[in-house]
Amino acid sequence: MVTLKINGKEHQVDAAEDMPLLWVIRDIIGFTGTKFGCGKGLCGACMVLMDGNAINSCQLPVSLAVGKELITVEGEQENLQRLQKSWEKFNVPQCGFCQSGQLITATALLTSKANPTEEDIHNAMGRNICRCGTYQRIKNAINHSVELKNKG
Amino acid sequence: MKDVQNVSRRSFIKGIGLASGGLIIASGASLFNSCSVETKELIAFNPNLFVQLNSDGSLILVASRSEMGQGVRTSLTSVIADEMEADWDRVRISQAVGDVNYGDQNTDGSKSVRLLYEEMRKIGAATKAVLIAAAAKKWEIAAEDCHAENHFIFNTQGDKIAFGDLVEIAKTLEVPEEVQLKDPKDFKYIGKYLTSKDVKNLANGSAVFGLDARLEGMKFAAVKRCPVAFGKVVSFDKTAALKIAGVIDVVEIPMIIKPFGPLGGVAVVATNTWAAFKGRDALEVVWDLGDNKAYDSEKYMEEITANVHKKGAVVKSLGDVDQAFEKASKTIESSYQLPHLVHAPMEVPNAVAWVTEGSCEIWAPAQEPQRTRTEVSDFLEISEDNVTVNVTFLGGGFGRKSKPDYVVEAAAISKAINAPVQVVWTREDDIQHSYYHTVASQYMKGGLDENGKVTGWLHRFAFPSIGSTFSPGADEPASWEAASAANVPFEIPNMQFETGKAPAHVRIGWLRSVINIPHGFAINVFADELAHEAGIDPLEFRLNLIGSDRIEETQNDYKYDTARLKHVLKTAAKNAEWGKELPEGHAMGLAVHYSFLSYVASVVEVSVINDKVKVHNIHSVIDCGLAVNKNTITAQMEGAAIFGMSLAFYGKITAKDGAIEQSNFHDYQMIRMPQVPNIHVEIVENSERPTGVGEPGVPVIAPAIVNAIFKASGKRYKNLPLMDYKLV
Repeated sequence: MVTLKINGKEHQVDAAEDMPLLWVIRDIIGFTGTKFGCGKGLCGACMVLMDGNAINSCQLPVSLAVGKELITVEGEQENLQRLQKSWEKFNVPQCGFCQSGQLITATALLTSKANPTEEDIHNAMGRNICRCGTYQRIKNAINHSVELKNKG
Repeated sequence: MKDVQNVSRRSFIKGIGLASGGLIIASGASLFNSCSVETKELIAFNPNLFVQLNSDGSLILVASRSEMGQGVRTSLTSVIADEMEADWDRVRISQAVGDVNYGDQNTDGSKSVRLLYEEMRKIGAATKAVLIAAAAKKWEIAAEDCHAENHFIFNTQGDKIAFGDLVEIAKTLEVPEEVQLKDPKDFKYIGKYLTSKDVKNLANGSAVFGLDARLEGMKFAAVKRCPVAFGKVVSFDKTAALKIAGVIDVVEIPMIIKPFGPLGGVAVVATNTWAAFKGRDALEVVWDLGDNKAYDSEKYMEEITANVHKKGAVVKSLGDVDQAFEKASKTIESSYQLPHLVHAPMEVPNAVAWVTEGSCEIWAPAQEPQRTRTEVSDFLEISEDNVTVNVTFLGGGFGRKSKPDYVVEAAAISKAINAPVQVVWTREDDIQHSYYHTVASQYMKGGLDENGKVTGWLHRFAFPSIGSTFSPGADEPASWEAASAANVPFEIPNMQFETGKAPAHVRIGWLRSVINIPHGFAINVFADELAHEAGIDPLEFRLNLIGSDRIEETQNDYKYDTARLKHVLKTAAKNAEWGKELPEGHAMGLAVHYSFLSYVASVVEVSVINDKVKVHNIHSVIDCGLAVNKNTITAQMEGAAIFGMSLAFYGKITAKDGAIEQSNFHDYQMIRMPQVPNIHVEIVENSERPTGVGEPGVPVIAPAIVNAIFKASGKRYKNLPLMDYKLV
């Protein structure tokens, strides 16, 4: 049994220690907003926030997530909710499958850099693949989110 | 998730008994949070399969086509809502199960809006007519004295009544067959920039994709398939797999030789996906690799290239090309090689099946729900009436999810273990066991006269046909595949099109834009080469090649209008400021192509600095007839530019000893954020019938990039992907 703190709630989970956090979240706890895309940490679909950093949950053994603050796309975090609003305004998603991961990466970015440069956005968001090609709208939505925050 | 778990088997649509109100909110619909509505307390008016108006005014509209990012749920239902004069904010969308009563549901070929636009309008107009008749009856006045507006019916006295308050009367009235459609100038939603109805749920993680379907007691399965297409299981040892914690069972899946039959293999069933993957890795299987074990795509490319360097079977001939080349002041030859591609939708193939005595329910990301239903019914040898196919959101499709082999796998495993099961493909499975976009070799020869006018055009192509998936052994292009090259609308007096032999050694399928990718590439790059040889600006040269304003022959009832083709090219050039001065190392290239009945041109600006290419700007223009939802059309064109860039720079699937060599996103790469150019889209305003949107933006991108690179560097790259030239 391990105890995970996800979106502010504790979950007692019976899972093998080497099981990646992704599958614990999806198959055992049952939050399906976090997606499986590649299983190799290459695409970013499985991103979750761990102590504020965006991590590929498909690569993290669940034992290393114990005692950490985990937030998924279903969770509450100021930047996440503001970004979700911007995502809606810019009609960002096409199929939408990668967008949970995109939003988590963007949330971590804006949490560490309130006013990212274009290069900062490129570097951070370069971890996430969108096969539909929504990148331009993602970038616009991130910038809009920054504007919203700066306006207060 | 709760919605899915609570789905009662009794809630199946038996046959299509939609007579009673509320039934369209069947089990499938409950997968979508946006439409998990309770209708028990409400009275519902169902004038047809697509509309349910409830007495509280809530309006449920059915999307019969699958949503995979092309915005079809919003586009189709907005057409009904517009004709109905409904308040868009009161609309919720329900996803249809796979059933012939919805008409053709095959979400493929960029044709959902094209084929359903008129139908959806009539459905909306008929519903509005009944509501007007209901109000007229209530007020005891003539229907002519009533009109609908924003979810109300008004009369000339200034009275109004809400749609929902008319439900009881409306239920008693006949739905008219002849209806009056709106004047397009009065459209409220059609032709505007509508945000997707699903955007909120797609941004908060609550939208349910196939991979997110969950049933009580559901197991998870991963399948080990033969590395070579159509190889067979000889024997397997499940001992090690069964030792993995969480693994429950190991079962063999039969290979079924049908276009969408599973490849067969050995399935590991477990209590979670991770255990299923680990168990699958631990399996030991002895394979009979079969007939395709020698497939080497590099050697194969040499073979089909040899085939296009000799005379092939003539599929179309105009004038006399041989004579034209003899008389030409200059002839040019060129050849182009494009490798296999794979769709790699972000959501891997997956499906949930629950087979019980005599029936089966499916939850799957399926582009073709009816074909899926048929395949499952055939496999289980039960009536289609006893198979329900619930369509989830698709995490991308691009043609892959038209082929329900993965759904049949789920049905086979569920039947074997007598429990609901979700089959999950790994990314490696997806890349290595797909239905691949063809591999193509093309040869072109052109003749120019002394004025730089093209007098002869020969286009030879060889590629394994999609026909081989339906008729094993087919080794020449199908007529529709050849047509995308042979229907090139160039005003050239002597033209010939020939095909070469190309047998298939992997499953060949269709991928976004299909054969227009290789043909659009060769035509557009070769035209650019001819322009260079003629010493004429590529834009002027291309407009001359297209020539006079005329209607070209097509294989359907849509007109192929060269004036529209020239218009998109001129507009893209104007938007990009074609010919303007650019920074050192920068240049523009263009391409124009007609596909899926739409006209598209792109002008791409690249830089080539230190032998590295960067794409800076893409200006695309589409003429797709009446633009139903400009927001989604713009998004599709933006996405098409990225899809086109990915295939241009990285797209390459190869086979060695019959097995696919790539496995995941490290060796089958995609364009990522740092490489994204500014993408500008213009939609031509017109009122012609709507045509394709999802696919036609793709084929122009790679050739426009190659033409721009030539302009910038003087180097002409004729084979894809460009990563092979170390340009990225």
